[in-house]
Amino acid sequence: MAQAMAVGQAAEPHWGELVLPDRVHGSLYADPAVFQLELERIWYRTWVYVGHVSEVPQVNDFVLKSIGPQSVIMTRDRDGKVNLLLNRCAHRGLQVCVRQRGNAASFTCPFHAWTYANDGRLMGVALKDGYEGSDMAEFRLAAVPRVAIYKGFVFGSMAADGPSLEEHLGGAAETIDRLVRNSPEGEVEITAGFLQHRVKANWKFVLENETDGYHPAYVHASIFRVADSGIGALYGGKSIAVARDYGNGHTENDLRPEFRRHAQPLLWFGTDEKRLPDYAAAMRKVHGAEAAERIMIDGTPHVMIFPNLFIAEIQIFVLQPLAVDDTVQHVTALQFKGAPDLNRRLRQQTMGSVGPAGFLLADDSEMYERSQRGVAAREPEWNYLGRGLQRERYDELGFRIGHNTDEVTSRGIWRHYRTLMEQAP
Amino acid sequence: MSGAAERLPLGRAEPADDAAQLHEVSQFLYREARLQDEHQYESWEKLWEDDGIYWVPANGEDPDPDTGMSIIYDNRSRIALRVRQLLTGKRHSQEPRSRLRRLVSNIELLRLGEREIEVGANVMVFESNQRGDTIWASRNEYVLRRHDGSFRMARKKVVLVNNEKALYTLSFLI
Repeated sequence: MAQAMAVGQAAEPHWGELVLPDRVHGSLYADPAVFQLELERIWYRTWVYVGHVSEVPQVNDFVLKSIGPQSVIMTRDRDGKVNLLLNRCAHRGLQVCVRQRGNAASFTCPFHAWTYANDGRLMGVALKDGYEGSDMAEFRLAAVPRVAIYKGFVFGSMAADGPSLEEHLGGAAETIDRLVRNSPEGEVEITAGFLQHRVKANWKFVLENETDGYHPAYVHASIFRVADSGIGALYGGKSIAVARDYGNGHTENDLRPEFRRHAQPLLWFGTDEKRLPDYAAAMRKVHGAEAAERIMIDGTPHVMIFPNLFIAEIQIFVLQPLAVDDTVQHVTALQFKGAPDLNRRLRQQTMGSVGPAGFLLADDSEMYERSQRGVAAREPEWNYLGRGLQRERYDELGFRIGHNTDEVTSRGIWRHYRTLMEQAP
Repeated sequence: MSGAAERLPLGRAEPADDAAQLHEVSQFLYREARLQDEHQYESWEKLWEDDGIYWVPANGEDPDPDTGMSIIYDNRSRIALRVRQLLTGKRHSQEPRSRLRRLVSNIELLRLGEREIEVGANVMVFESNQRGDTIWASRNEYVLRRHDGSFRMARKKVVLVNNEKALYTLSFLI
């Protein structure tokens, strides 16, 4: 294994020797050279979630976002189009935007007053007579080459060519459909502001954990012991919920079998219709009684859209890798258009459970950091992901599934990871 | 807040000229700091009023906690839950516990009421844990109520200087 481990600056790693069907090599979490290759082959190539249209509702709105370590300005230009612009002046490289959000038709670099429209075009420069004979049309804020929106979720791809967003999402698109169906107006909004939680750990520990159904009973034992939560049972040995691999790295803990067994609307949210009468009434009015009941029983998804959008029933997490051992989780409550009573509870529950002081996430993050320190040990070299391999099966749509605690999800992530990393540079 | 009894309007920088009261308040804040540093969770919880609010905002000094995300926005029952979680011994991010020492400084009495005192202070906390050493700095504002010769907290707001940035896990009592 010694050769496989040695990921030098020049040598191309043998990915097939590092990612095996039931285990992955510890160096994939710890080697800075691997991280650099991941930036090129995953973060600057595949579709990455950047933001939501509701964060730039008005013409000229902008918000600072990111693709991995890259600062990206998400704007809505005067035509209403959403743009993703790299935050770098074409002249001397300054960041042209340092405000987190605002409304501006243009961005002026403070250094020499080069001014860009919010679609990236260079509008003007100071003392332009010095540029006679230069083709100024070549200068602009670089745009992320491909931008695509699915149900309000804005994705960017730094690759000019490649699979479409729909092809990338594949079967997992249905989980986003399922999410927005829970809004009486069929839309979610991201309006509550983000908490940013930093961990000294590799982004893939975070990625894997989002749909790891094996850990909740142990990592979250403290809060399950003192709070009356039904979450524990969903991830217990007797749960009939399933772990699913949608392909393309997208994975899910599908809790619907458990919720359907109980058949109680809004149990997914730990409540009932009596406590959210306005929401329940609005849903029945829009969908009809029967369909509304079905939607409110099934609830929202618990799905990890590769590589960085985790929809966790009541909130979203956006994963941002900064270095091989430095990752930020941006998290906020989902807000459902037309459901103020539900939204208030979504915010309250999200604030309690996630972020740096969250009842749940503080302990998940402790696991990430201990993992990072742990894989520095030389032996046993591998992280074992074989749980439930012998009992994997396929659902009616052909996706791999397993018991909710099985590592079918991690295996799915790594299968796709290997495919991406083996593609030509 | 009983308006008639106010001697200083909210937010005015001029401190109340009341050395004895300032001393009492300071001693209370030092005690709260020590209970937090030493993880005496139950004793710390007893410092709270029944309608206490423990607020650590994110994204600025004074966002609306009812519409935006806060790092902590605990009502009294959630404060109790936070303490009970720590007491389980299974709160992994606090097992082993962070080693902590904090300085409370620049204490000012911002508003004196008949029953309530508003206090401002600057705080710096040094945390040492498995990850490493972290410094936390904040502007704290308290609403204290007199009880049996001491105070209880009706409100504690902790505005971290870097609350607009990504923060490491904050699972000790700030």
